Amino acid sequence: MTLPVFFIPVEASAHAGQVDLLIWTLALLVALLAAPVFVLSAIYLLRFRYGRRADRSKAQRGSVWLEVSWSVIPFLLVMGFYVWSTKLFFEQQSPPDDAMTINVVAKQWMWKFQHPSGTREINELHVPLGKPIRLTMTSQDVIHSLYLPALRIKQDVLPGRYTQEWFVADKTGVFPLRCAEFCGTDHSVMGGRLIVQTPADFARWQAQAGADRSLAASGRELFDRLGCAGCHGSNAQGSESPIRAPPLVGLYGRPVPLSDGTFAKADDQYIHDSIMLPNKQIAAGYEPRMPPFGNVLDEEQVAQLEAYIRSLGGKEDK
Amino acid sequence: MSPSQVNPRMSQEAVPDTPEERRSYLAEGHSLRSWLLTTDHKRIAILFMVAITFFFFCGGVAAALIRLDLLTPAPDLMSNDGYNRAFSLHGIIMVWFFLIPSIPTTFGNFLLPLMIGAKDLAFPRLNLASWYIFVLGGLFTLITVVAGGVDTGWTFYTPFSSTYSNGAVFLAITAVFISGFSSILTGINFIVTVHKLRCPGMTWGRLPLFVWSIYTTAIIFVLATPVLTITLVLVALERVFGLGIFDPALGGDPILFQHLFWFYSHPAVYIMVLPAMGVVSELITNAAHKQIFGYWFVAGSAIAIGVIGFMVWGHHMFVSGQSPYASAIFSFLSIVVAVPSAIKVYNWTATLHKGEIVIDGPLLYALGFIGLFTIGGLTGVMLAMIAADVHLTDTYFVVAHFHFIMVGGSVSAYFGALHFWWPKITGRLYNDMWARLAALLIFFGFVMTFAPQFVMGYEGMPRRYHVYPQVFQPLMVMSSVGSSVLAVAYVLPFFYLFWSLRYGKPAGPNPWGATGLEWTTPSPPPKDNFETVPVVDKEAYCYPEQGRAGEPQTQQAESVDA
Ligand code: HEC
Ligand code: HEM
Ligand SMILES: [Cu+2]
Ligand SMILES: [Cu+2]
Repeated sequence: MTLPVFFIPVEASAHAGQVDLLIWTLALLVALLAAPVFVLSAIYLLRFRYGRRADRSKAQRGSVWLEVSWSVIPFLLVMGFYVWSTKLFFEQQSPPDDAMTINVVAKQWMWKFQHPSGTREINELHVPLGKPIRLTMTSQDVIHSLYLPALRIKQDVLPGRYTQEWFVADKTGVFPLRCAEFCGTDHSVMGGRLIVQTPADFARWQAQAGADRSLAASGRELFDRLGCAGCHGSNAQGSESPIRAPPLVGLYGRPVPLSDGTFAKADDQYIHDSIMLPNKQIAAGYEPRMPPFGNVLDEEQVAQLEAYIRSLGGKEDK
Repeated sequence: MSPSQVNPRMSQEAVPDTPEERRSYLAEGHSLRSWLLTTDHKRIAILFMVAITFFFFCGGVAAALIRLDLLTPAPDLMSNDGYNRAFSLHGIIMVWFFLIPSIPTTFGNFLLPLMIGAKDLAFPRLNLASWYIFVLGGLFTLITVVAGGVDTGWTFYTPFSSTYSNGAVFLAITAVFISGFSSILTGINFIVTVHKLRCPGMTWGRLPLFVWSIYTTAIIFVLATPVLTITLVLVALERVFGLGIFDPALGGDPILFQHLFWFYSHPAVYIMVLPAMGVVSELITNAAHKQIFGYWFVAGSAIAIGVIGFMVWGHHMFVSGQSPYASAIFSFLSIVVAVPSAIKVYNWTATLHKGEIVIDGPLLYALGFIGLFTIGGLTGVMLAMIAADVHLTDTYFVVAHFHFIMVGGSVSAYFGALHFWWPKITGRLYNDMWARLAALLIFFGFVMTFAPQFVMGYEGMPRRYHVYPQVFQPLMVMSSVGSSVLAVAYVLPFFYLFWSLRYGKPAGPNPWGATGLEWTTPSPPPKDNFETVPVVDKEAYCYPEQGRAGEPQTQQAESVDA
């Protein structure tokens, strides 16, 4: 058995490799900057000990030249790393267009995942190798943080707001999945597994885990069941009676004029808030008559409704 | 006061038996009342010392429980809730009831008037009020424990703290809220004192560096603490009245709290380290018996840290969901704030050059600070790199980073100050062999406890975990063993220092041949500090040209000295 004291933890994505490279070269730089302090202090302690004969004449009391160089040189060296690290971070901010979106809902103390196919899992996340995966995440209660150490990524999961993280796994296997933000009693056991499979295995898993209908279809079913269709029309094409309600077809990704004269982009967050807190933003030309569903729906159901509305077409139709 | 007035029962412990001791502030009454109603800054410093030592002990017990529990990956010693309460209590006590008041309220209180040649602080009664407020806050902390404890961590993140936690959050918040007023009052007192009570000749350019750092700290106390106070009120309003401020379910903003909290708490980490830096400047120059290298750079960097420290709070929030552009700016500013810290460390090293160095207890503590602070600060720079932080945040890497600075660094400096000024405070010398041993034990115990945590954090071990994966056990055990060495090392000084009270040799006014005004007055100093108002005609650290062979001199003008 190798001693698990000093090991480079498994890297399951190209990004993880880059982060490790960054951290280790940073560590090197940091050691370089610390070295003069440790080495020179030791030398001076020995050479200039009380009672030891040494040349102590012309001791300097300061030197602007030295001060400037030991401030500016380390600063510039670190700035090089700043550019590198910030670039790496920004790459991690924008998922590619062909990413597969998986919905994540955190609640005390479990992780729930919904695949676009409608497959749902708890505390386990199956993903195919080599495909960009985007996690769209929100919390049902307090702040959590989805931490995938093997991918070197982590993102807080907030109540009432979507955050995202994305990755392309390039190694099959089972990797840890942890909650990194303290969230109460069972925080330390709010973990699970990330399971990366070859696309074929993944397809097999999905067929077997089975979902009777896709996420969007579940949303469609909810849309009818909750009476959304009663106002928005049975195909969400808009309706005049009993209440004038806007069409949801083609809504997704479009700028929506609001009653206060501003515009909002109809992204996931907008649709989420339109359902949960409809009075926050009112579509221009309509009465604020939609009832809030904040106390009726959980975040997973909202994600299904969003998938349905997304499926009705719009600018970012995927 | 004549010996006959001494309470005979009390005299069992502290017999004032040197002429200095008989005339000192310690002899001004021995009753409890004479302590509890004192307005003498030196006595109030000792009151604070007693109070924070008590809390250091309480926080230490919680730490011991944590480390004991973490010996095994399974939840055996405590329940999950029990563990959460242990680390929350540990953090709250150590931050607000030990580290923040530690050096300012004890050595700051004791030394500030002495170093600038004043009789007392500007507002002596306000100073006593600070202590009572602090004790009241502490009392609420103890009530929190009795009421079942609190499980939010010292960071009180919402909406967990405001809506979901079933701990005694309101009581804990009240405790911190109250203690904040103590910080604010102490801060105001120090600022006014430095501006108004410097003795003739004590210009800004002649201030000892400890005074500069305490002055900067006082400004941070006054500017940052009210933000925390208000934030805690908002949390209480949401928790008690359900006012929607932070909880989105009530219409609040989920990360607003973090912005407010870190706007206070990043400057607060400098409250914990700036005074320690001031101590180290005094200790290093004295050990080397030499003028500080780059006086204005060391003084100026304290101010720079104070100012820039207010602009970097967002580095605690890189994964919180704040705008990535904000993150990029905070990352940059965090690199900038590290520059003045680096300047200080390099200047201390340069001060040793061509010194005449006596390697004694105080120096070893100061070197311990420099070594551990350097590692802590530089790992801070690593964390300031966003792409690295995304992986390392909320892991043990961060825990190690801040313990290196706050515990390794600041607590070492606190002990260094205690040893350096002990002869002044008590009039007695302790056995330096023991001091050196304790300093070394603290250093190695510390490194053994916290160095493994850098590795664990990098390997993906989240913080605040009570149950953890098996692979981390060897490192966890190493850390727990180290912490028991550390515990012994922290207790050691209590024995030989108390021993010195009874058996130590009288120190004389200036046992170290140091240059500050505090060394011109008897040890322990009389109630009013100086017999005549001192006059200063030299800069700080005016060690004689001939080094230790020369006649010791202080900042005091010679004519008055004679
Ligand atoms: C009582 C009638 C009514 C019901 C039931 C209703 N809505 Fe609405 N909805 C409205 C009205 C009126 C508006 C426009 C005013 C506004 O923006 O709040 C609206 C707006 C919206 C919008 C924003 C559209 C835009 O163009 O900005 C979305 C999305 C939406 N509803 C989804 C739903 C969903 C999903 C349901 C079912 C869970 C639902 N609605 C149920 C009446 C209703
Ligand atoms: C030298 C400059 C410093 C830099 C660049 C720096 C940087 C950082 C960064 C980026 C973090 C966030 C880590 C994270 O949570 O992901 C952090 C955390 C922290 N730092 Fe520093 N730091 C510095 C100095 C200090 C000092 C001097 C102290 C204390 C005296 C300190 C105490 C802390 C604490 C307490 C935390 C963690 C707070 C928590 O989450 O509980 N840091 N530091
Ligand atoms: Cu958690
Ligand atoms: Cu900070």
